This record gives sequence, C-alpha cells and structure tokens, in this order.
Amino acid sequence: MLSLNRIPVREQNPDLRKHNFEEVCFGYNEEEAVKEAARCLNCKKPMCVSGCPVSIDIPRFIKHVKNSEFEKAAQVIAESSSLPGVCGRVCPQESQCEGKCILGKKGEAVAIGKLERFVADWSREHNIDLSKKSPFNGKTVAVIGSGPSGLSCAGDLAKMGYGVTVYEDLHEIGGVLVYGIPEFRLPKEKVVKPEIDNLKKLGVKIETNIIIGKTITVDDLFDKEGFSAIFIGSGAGSPRFMNITGENLNGVFSANEFLTRVNLMKAYKKEYDTPVHVGKKVAVIGGGNVAIDAARTAIRLGSEAFLVYRRSKDELPARAEEVHHAEEEGLNFRLLSNPIEIISDDKFWVKGLKCLKMELGEPDESGRRRPVPIKDSEFIIDVDSVIISIGTSPNPLITSSTKGLEKNSKGCIVTDGEDGRTSRKGIFAGGDAVTGAATVILAMSAGRKAAKAIDEYIQNN
Amino acid sequence: MYKILTKKNIAPETFYMEIEAPKVAKSAKPGHFIMVKADEQAERIPLTVCDVDTKKGSVTIIFKAVGASTELLAGFDEGDSYLDFAGPLGNETELLSEDLEDLKTKKIMFIAGGIGAAPVHPQIKWLYENGIKPDVILGARSKDNLILLSEIEKMADNFYTVTDDGSYGRKALVTEVLEDLIVKEKKHYDLVITIGPLLMMKFVCLVTKKHDVKTIVSLNTLMVCGMGMCGACRATINNETKFTCVDGPEFDGHQVDFDEILNRQSIYKDEEKEKLYQFAHSEQEFKNRRK
Ligand SMILES: Cc1cc2nc3c(=O)[nH]c(=O)nc-3n(C[C@H](O)[C@H](O)[C@H](O)COP(=O)(O)OP(=O)(O)OC[C@H]3O[C@@H](n4cnc5c(N)ncnc54)[C@H](O)[C@@H]3O)c2cc1C
Ligand SMILES: Cc1cc2nc3c(=O)[nH]c(=O)nc-3n(C[C@H](O)[C@H](O)[C@H](O)COP(=O)(O)OP(=O)(O)OC[C@H]3O[C@@H](n4cnc5c(N)ncnc54)[C@H](O)[C@@H]3O)c2cc1C
Ligand code: SF4
Ligand code: SF4
Ligand code: FES
Repeated sequence: MLSLNRIPVREQNPDLRKHNFEEVCFGYNEEEAVKEAARCLNCKKPMCVSGCPVSIDIPRFIKHVKNSEFEKAAQVIAESSSLPGVCGRVCPQESQCEGKCILGKKGEAVAIGKLERFVADWSREHNIDLSKKSPFNGKTVAVIGSGPSGLSCAGDLAKMGYGVTVYEDLHEIGGVLVYGIPEFRLPKEKVVKPEIDNLKKLGVKIETNIIIGKTITVDDLFDKEGFSAIFIGSGAGSPRFMNITGENLNGVFSANEFLTRVNLMKAYKKEYDTPVHVGKKVAVIGGGNVAIDAARTAIRLGSEAFLVYRRSKDELPARAEEVHHAEEEGLNFRLLSNPIEIISDDKFWVKGLKCLKMELGEPDESGRRRPVPIKDSEFIIDVDSVIISIGTSPNPLITSSTKGLEKNSKGCIVTDGEDGRTSRKGIFAGGDAVTGAATVILAMSAGRKAAKAIDEYIQNN
Repeated sequence: MYKILTKKNIAPETFYMEIEAPKVAKSAKPGHFIMVKADEQAERIPLTVCDVDTKKGSVTIIFKAVGASTELLAGFDEGDSYLDFAGPLGNETELLSEDLEDLKTKKIMFIAGGIGAAPVHPQIKWLYENGIKPDVILGARSKDNLILLSEIEKMADNFYTVTDDGSYGRKALVTEVLEDLIVKEKKHYDLVITIGPLLMMKFVCLVTKKHDVKTIVSLNTLMVCGMGMCGACRATINNETKFTCVDGPEFDGHQVDFDEILNRQSIYKDEEKEKLYQFAHSEQEFKNRRK
C-alpha cells in the first residue's frame, strides 16, 4: 500500500537550535532513505524531472537508492549536478522537482531534495570519487568568482583537461555559500569545503584576495597571463537600500553586512575578532531566503526578530521549509506591512520602524497581487536594529573596468543564449552576474553550460 | 601569505611596514587602500597604500595601533606574514585624472593630521615627481607624533607644522594656520586636500567652505569587505548614500555629512572595548597569535 506521507526527516528541536548554529536538519539515514525512495512510482513520464532546472534523472537515482545502490545513485546525479550536497539542502524543491511530483496531487511529494542530500552525504562519507580527469591539454582558462557558477565551471573544465585558475576577491572560497547562507542551513566544513577540496584534487588553482578589475584587469588576464578564455561568475553581491529616512542610523545594516560578519568573519564565535551588533529586537525587511536567514541568525544571537514584508504569507519568496523552520524558532511575521521610516533616538540609534499597513490589489507584472497602502494605517514596530534585505545587484567592478563588455540597465552582464557568450570574444559569464540574484542550482547549471561552450570555443580557435 | 619585509616603530604606537604583495604593488596608485587580515580569527582592516616598490614587489603601510585589530597587526614582526592582503581598493586620487599642465597652474594645499600624513604622502610624492610642489600643513598631538616630517618637508613649497602641546612648530590647530594664511596673508588656494581625524576634516571643510575653496577629503569609515558588497561603509554625500570603499574614499568635503560618519564610527564601541579587554587579559593567547 502506497503511503501518502513522506518519511519524516529528523531535525534539531527548535528550542535547542535557536541557541546554536548547528545544522537544523539531520537528513535521512540509510534505512529512512530506502523507505522514502520506495514511495517513488518510477513514472514513465516523470514530471519531477521537468521541474528540475538541470533535469537530474530523478526516478533513476531514486530507484538505486531504493535498491541500496548508493554509489550508482551518486553517479546518476553527477551526470547533471556537481553540487548535490548543496542543492539537496537549499533548492526551492516545493516549486521545482517536488512541486511537479505526481504524488503531490493526492498526498506528499517524494522528498527528492532530502534523498539527493542523502546520496551526496553518503558518497562524501564513503569517499566516492566521481571525477574522471583528462590529461592537461595545454590550454588555460581563468574563472572569476568562486560561487556555485564559478566552481562548477572550473570543475568541468578541469575534468576536460584545461588548466584552470579561479580568482576570488574575498579571502575565502565559495561565494554566497560561505558568506551568505548560514552554517545552520549549509555546514561549511562538512559540505562546502569538500566540494572545494575536490576542485583542488582536480588540479584547479585557486587565488584568493584578487579583485578582478582592480588587482588585475580582465584584459590583463588575456594579454599578460595568457588565458585562452575567461568565465565571469562574479554574482550579484551589492546590497540595495530603500532610500527611506533613517537608513544610515546606527543599528541599520544590510543583510549582506550582517550575514558576512556572522558567516564569513565568524562573529558568532567568541575567538573571532569581527564584531556583530544585533539589538534586543530587530526588524528584518524583506521576504526572501536572505531575509529569513538574517532573521534566524539574529534569533540565534539572542534577539527577538520581526520579519516585515509588504505582501502576504503566500507570496513570501523564501523556501517553504525555511519559513516553517523560522516560525518554529519564534520569528514574528509582520506581513502586509511596508516600512516608510526608521526612527532615531537622541543618540542616533534606531528606536523604531514606522510602517504602513497594506492590502493586496490587482496582480502586477510578476503575476503576484500588488500591495497597496491603506490610508492612515501608520504604525510603529518597537525595535533597536533594522536589517535591510530587499535585494542585491551585480557589483560594477568588472563591467566598469572591461571595455566592450555589454551590461543591461540593471548592471547584469548580457549573454547571448544559453551558453554564456558575452559581447566580448572569449569571455563567458553565468550565474547571478547575468540573471541577477537567483538560485544555486541555476548558477551551477550556467557554469556547466559555459564550460561546454568554452571548450567548443577553444577547440575552434 | 604576505610577508613583512620591514618593520619600523616610527612614532608612539605607530608602525611602518613593508609587505611583500607583488600583485598589489603592480597596480596600486596614490589614493588606493588595501584590506589586511592578520590571521584566521582577525578582522579585515582598511589601510592606505603609502608607497610601493614594484621591483621588490612590496607595499608600504603605516598605521597607528588604536584598537584590538591594529594592536594585533603591530604584534607581527619582520619575517612574519599576514594571512590576507587584498587590493588595491577604492579609487585612485582625483589628482591623477586631471590635466598635468592645468594642475601646474594651480595652488594646492595639503592638510594632514596625525596618522593622516601617511595617506597624503603618496599624493604629495606623485605631484613632486611631476614637478609640482604643494603647500602642506602637518599637525599632530606632539612632536613625537609627527610622522614623515622630513620626507614631506623636502617636497613641499611652503611647509607648516603645528602640535597641540607646542612641542614642535606652532601651538595651534591646523585650521588656525589655514585661516591665517587665507585671511592674514591673503594666500589663494585652488584646492585643499585634507586627510586625518574626522573632526579635523570637518573643521577644515567649514573653513574652506567659508572661503569657497574646493576641498577633497578621504573618509575613514568602518568597513567590512572594502569592495562594495556589505554597505558597512556607507556615508551621506550630497544627500545621497554612497559606499566609501567603491565610490570613494575621496569625496568633495563640502558635501559630506560628517556628523553621521562620526556617529557611525561608534557602532561597535562596546564590542571593540570588550575585545581589547580580552586581548589585555589573555596575554598568552594574544602572543600565540603573533606569528
Ligand atoms: C543569504 C542568502 C541565502 C540564499 N539562499 C538560497 C537558497 O536557499 N537556495 C538557493 O537556491 N539560492 C539561495 N541564495 C541564492 C544563491 O546563493 C545565489 O543565487 C548563488 O550563490 C549565485 O551563485 P554565483 O556563482 O552566480 O555567485 P556568488 O555565489 O555570488 O559568487 C560570486 C563570487 O564572485 C566573487 N567576486 C565578485 N566580484 C569579483 C571580482 N571582481 N573579482 C574576483 N571575485 C569576485 C564574489 O566575492 C563571490 O565570492 C541565497 C543567497 C543569499 C545571499
Ligand atoms: C580607506 C581607509 C584608509 C585608512 N588608512 C589608514 C592608514 O593608512 N593608517 C591608519 O592607521 N589607519 C587607517 N585607517 C583607519 C583604520 O582602518 C582604523 O584605525 C582601524 O580599522 C581601527 O581598527 P582597530 O580594531 O584597531 O580599532 P577599533 O577598536 O575598531 O577602534 C579603536 C578606536 O579607533 C576609532 N576608529 C575605528 N575605526 C576607525 C577608522 N576607520 N578611522 C578612524 N578611527 C577609527 C574608534 O572609534 C575607536 O575609538 C583607514 C581607514 C579607511 C576606511
Ligand atoms: S537539483 Fe534541485 S530541483 Fe533538481 S532534483 Fe535536486 S533538489 Fe530538485
Ligand atoms: S514524479 Fe514523483 S513519483 Fe514520479 S518519478 Fe518523479 S519523484 Fe517519482
Ligand atoms: S566596506 Fe563593504 S561595501 Fe564598503
């Protein structure tokens, strides 16, 4: 008899975890994974695959899990994804693979993400080597940025035999995976670092503290360093602000600053020097993954957190699982609320956040119902810090220092088609730098497609 | 790793260091800064590039130990290495983009306070190498704290020094000297460039505003990334929010909201004190980190 409910996944108790930075979700063990895999109908026309941006052969890998053939499952996933341990944890599955799963119509979809994560963790714990490396082919490629797009592009090129150098402006490798997404959602030592070690094993050279456009220009990478092609995966890391009164008060931070201090600079550990300030009560403005991450981080640092979002709960762009976890951890939602001013005390510190109540009107271009302010509905949330998380844009350092590299009005690098070709010969780009802030899986996929295109380009030139 | 080639204690709590960083040395221009992180646990700290030696592949920094992180930097010795050293960052000084012949017709005044002598030095040197001698006012708390005195003096046209306690030069504030030059001596300046403590820059700007002299300041806001991805360094310039690290660090001083920056510098006051206290009370641990 087919079960309509998925095998529950073990998690850290909310009352405990809101005081620590350990991973929230423990994941499946072998027995649980096999049981959950048995729920999959192995559909002839698997809808789930159409929901996965990289078309992982989901029924095939799940079948291997069901038969306890975990290494084979890992090989199936590796055909399409190079960061399964990451994507199994952070993909918005409910709107991608699992959102399309046929079982979801009557009951709960197969826990595809949790199974993917299980396979990735299992193969890492068992030191399964999935990389087949070709001998060095004499050509070198530079990769700018070490986020998911850069890492996957570098990995694929190295496997093809290219000499690859990754340039990263920060002192750590991983992009948003290390500076943005918190430890309790994506463990750095356990999950992210092994991915990077794999790259190093493939012979990829990694240079940190190199700001392309400042330390070396893109043109120098060609002219002086002799690279045959360049991939730009520099992300969209520049925080936007709201331009409301009081935004530069003490106690107002961008989510990027707050998360960078905590994740990259490890401010949550006493033995690290970088300070972080989170008041007794903090308002986080926004509703995406970044906002929820900032709020849950603030809770872990001992603050009472309010999420201020101008639409309703149904429109929250964050992953459903994170919203649920945040609720369990005591995050207060102030929905249908739009901030209009940050109020100061007499010492230039935040004293409150003034908002307007909103209601939902007609759908806008995004298809979501547009929030419209309700007259005379001003109210004040009593907080002493505010974290602004309303989005990010690409950093202009590269586009402004590279002649002939076309960008659009939002500052994103313009590419031609799917393979990441830019307006400059030999320069390819992908990930958030091209699309604006998006997802790990899309960035990874863009990096892999570009690797293929770069190979073709070099072969034909 | 970035090796310390030379270390000199040039004034009380003030250190001159030459760091091996060939890629930074190759691209750095006057006005640029770097972000240094001493070891795994350390903060990222912005410091101005004071000089470069492209043959040696080295970058000179001069800094004052004012808190926990600069104390930590100061604890490293010749032959030791810093873990991270990223740059050059920020925009090169505006002077570099001006027409040289045009610049030669202008009267330029530099006003530096305390450690501010370090960041003005490369700019004065650049002008000097291009045949331009600016006027300079150098100020400090006391004689001991006047740094780069002889180096700057030989490149200056008119050179003035002041100290708070009168132990060297005139006992006055830099702003008093500037007022006197403009009002009493009827000197004309086309451009003032001032770097030093925020309060000093603020008061210099009040004087130059009164006399309508264009003034450039270099803002030392708090920073985390130094490359435009955190917004910790934001400042209000002409009623608009700017990121000091990528839009500056130089700005038109008459458009800067100094009070806001002064307030913002105190955001982590309590945490900074706590860290310094920790350092002072775990001498051994602190020593272990100086390697
Ligand atoms: C807090 C947070 C939570 C998120 N949660 C999720 C989630 O749950 N699920 C999901 O799918 N997505 C999530 N995302 C989005 C996802 O992380 C990004 O879409 C993805 O990381 C983009 O990858 P990328 O390789 O394009 O760029 P990035 O990961 O941004 O990496 C770019 C790298 O390039 C470096 N760089 C930039 N400029 C230069 C230069 N000039 N020279 C050298 N290096 C440079 C940057 O420092 C950075 O390390 C989240 C993002 C954030 C910030
Ligand atoms: C672009 C730029 C260039 C700089 N160049 C130099 C340089 O060449 N030499 C140099 O000695 N310093 C320079 N600074 C200042 C230097 O970065 C700070 O002194 C340092 O970050 C202090 O760190 P700390 O942990 O030791 O002290 P903290 O514990 O952070 O602070 C100790 C005391 O110093 C004050 N302070 C903190 N940050 C600053 C700051 N940015 N500017 C002034 N006072 C501050 C605090 O209010 C406090 O009273 C520069 C700053 C910027 C932004
Ligand atoms: S990569 Fe993401 S969308 Fe694709 S199967 Fe895995 S979790 Fe689902
Ligand atoms: S749609 Fe669901 S049941 Fe069908 S193959 Fe995919 S995961 Fe299995
Ligand atoms: S220091 Fe991070 S944006 Fe300027």
